[in-house]
Amino acid sequence: MSPPHTQVMTGTAPPVGALSPLGRLFENRHFLGLLFMLPAGVLLLLFLTYPLGLGVFLGFTDAKVGRPGEWIGTENYEFLVTDSVFRLSVWNTFLYTAIASIAKFGLGLWLALLLNEHIPFKAYIRAIVLLPFIVPTVLSAIAFWWIYDAQFGIVSWMFQRLGLIHSYIDFLGQPVLARMSVIIANVWRGVPFIAISLLAGLQTISPSLYEAAAIDGATSFQKFWNVTLPMLSPIIAVVMTFSVLFTFTDFQLIWVLTRGGPINATHLMATLSFQRAIPGGALGEGAAIATAMIPFLLAAILFSYFGLQRRRWQQGTKD
Amino acid sequence: MASVELKGVRKSFGRVEVLHGVDISIRDGEFVVLVGPSGCGKTTLLRMLAGLEEITSGEVRIGERLVNNVPPKARDIAMVFQNYALYPHMTVFDNMAFSMKLAGRSRDEMRQRVDVAAKILGLTDYLDRFPRQLSGGQRQRVAMGRAIVRNPQVFLFDEPLSNLDAKLRVQMRTEIKELHLRLKTTSVYVTHDQIEAMTMADTIVVMNGGNVEQIGSPLELYDNPANLFVAGFIGSPAMNFLPGRFAPGNSAAVKLSNGSELPAPSCREADGRDVTLGVRPEHFAINATGVPAEVVVVEPTGADTQVYCRLSDTEVTVVSRERHMFKPGEMIRLQPMPQKTYLFDPASGRRLA
Repeated sequence: MSPPHTQVMTGTAPPVGALSPLGRLFENRHFLGLLFMLPAGVLLLLFLTYPLGLGVFLGFTDAKVGRPGEWIGTENYEFLVTDSVFRLSVWNTFLYTAIASIAKFGLGLWLALLLNEHIPFKAYIRAIVLLPFIVPTVLSAIAFWWIYDAQFGIVSWMFQRLGLIHSYIDFLGQPVLARMSVIIANVWRGVPFIAISLLAGLQTISPSLYEAAAIDGATSFQKFWNVTLPMLSPIIAVVMTFSVLFTFTDFQLIWVLTRGGPINATHLMATLSFQRAIPGGALGEGAAIATAMIPFLLAAILFSYFGLQRRRWQQGTKD
Repeated sequence: MASVELKGVRKSFGRVEVLHGVDISIRDGEFVVLVGPSGCGKTTLLRMLAGLEEITSGEVRIGERLVNNVPPKARDIAMVFQNYALYPHMTVFDNMAFSMKLAGRSRDEMRQRVDVAAKILGLTDYLDRFPRQLSGGQRQRVAMGRAIVRNPQVFLFDEPLSNLDAKLRVQMRTEIKELHLRLKTTSVYVTHDQIEAMTMADTIVVMNGGNVEQIGSPLELYDNPANLFVAGFIGSPAMNFLPGRFAPGNSAAVKLSNGSELPAPSCREADGRDVTLGVRPEHFAINATGVPAEVVVVEPTGADTQVYCRLSDTEVTVVSRERHMFKPGEMIRLQPMPQKTYLFDPASGRRLA
């Protein structure tokens, strides 16, 4: 790649003629490069490329559990376009991703700003904030299941004690409430990641910028709008891309809480794909649903790719 | 423009007091340099003046107005930060116009005032650039431009040149000085570099350990330091301090530990006491009649020669305009110039004579 490097290599190595052919091969930078990349390449091929390719392939077959299936072209997709449950799940996924991401961003930014202030026991509070992120998703989902329970749920109990309601609310039993409930659970779980990431970003902003802004006459909100937000925008782009990807592909929370119910109101593409493929046995159709997520995810990635390109003010020739 | 008055200003962080009652009065249009070693409280004092630090006790007045509880933006001051604190996501123009934008000024007024400042600072061609695309010196100028467009009562500078290389520092020093002569805005400038202080200031405030050691014009401090600290801090290379015992008489002298006697200013108070004799490096003559000293290192700088030698167990520096070619180990004779020596009390550091 770089000529000086090559010179160093040939300069320090013994004369080429003194080496066996194998020895010469191991002196070859290109060969060594490939060799060192091989383990990672094998892992990627085996555990990423192969399953992905198989999934896409299965989407074009009518494979069932225990039956290889035959190539049926786009029949699965043609069916899914007309399938009202699939269309509902796409709508649910977008709704879920949009509302949860916006809520997570708002709460995460707010929490990050709070944690960036001088507060007592700052280190402990920051550690506690991370808790929802550390607990395995399934565990927190079960906890939420319990909280939302129609007979024993603590929220209903509390509201009743406060005299706000007369009978327990079946949070996961009604379409609108169930959607709200799973979104709240997802937000609860996703906020720490965003808050801690944005906090890290906030801490890289030089305090003297705020002091300069104070002298320039900025109010707190003007400082936030003119200094904090623009300085934070690169990290916001990264964090929100990840958040959108994770939320769009969410499975565990929904599956534990509602299994897509009631009346498919909380079915996301991921849960529907699983339900059709494994319990339902229609591997091909499930794979087609999963494959249908790819364009949306690609769009999100492309969006972030262009959004993440270094802003003009970050570029420069000198430091 | 305005005068600035500090009266009995104290500052504590928690239980630690870092400023122990500072009194400074600054005339309208004066260029005052606060100088002192790291941690002497000079930057804290400047930040209190700017309103970025609370004033624990005492009074700060800008143009007769008590500003103790006035927020920074209402003090009508502008500050140039050590790291410039330019907004990286704004162009040079937007950086300079930010305060006017916040104040809701018209686009025309912003354009006009930024243009004037940019012309003064030679930034006209860079108004569309971002800070990252500028060199250190240019960024420095933008920071000053941001201060100039506000046309404030007082300019505050917090070690603005410490991030520049040596050559640029000298150049910017002159530029800031010229700017001050042109705008005549009251300026308070913090630095740890005594050469900056000497070359730029109308008045220098030497600070140490949260106290003001001495206030005066650069040459006043050089010629009449009030104590050991100021004597050692102002002047480069630093003043030589020789411990000895004061021997009174017709021609007063200080007797060093090796028996050599150096002429000293007369001083009743010092009779028979241990004293510290101060002699600036440039006030030693190398001649045949002085006291003997052993040459350690000779450093020719071209314009002059610095000779480091050992005089009665004390390292002394001698600066001579002549080109000496001494060898290390060689014995030479040093004679302080008459009327150019100082006597200090070694315990309190107070100047005796």
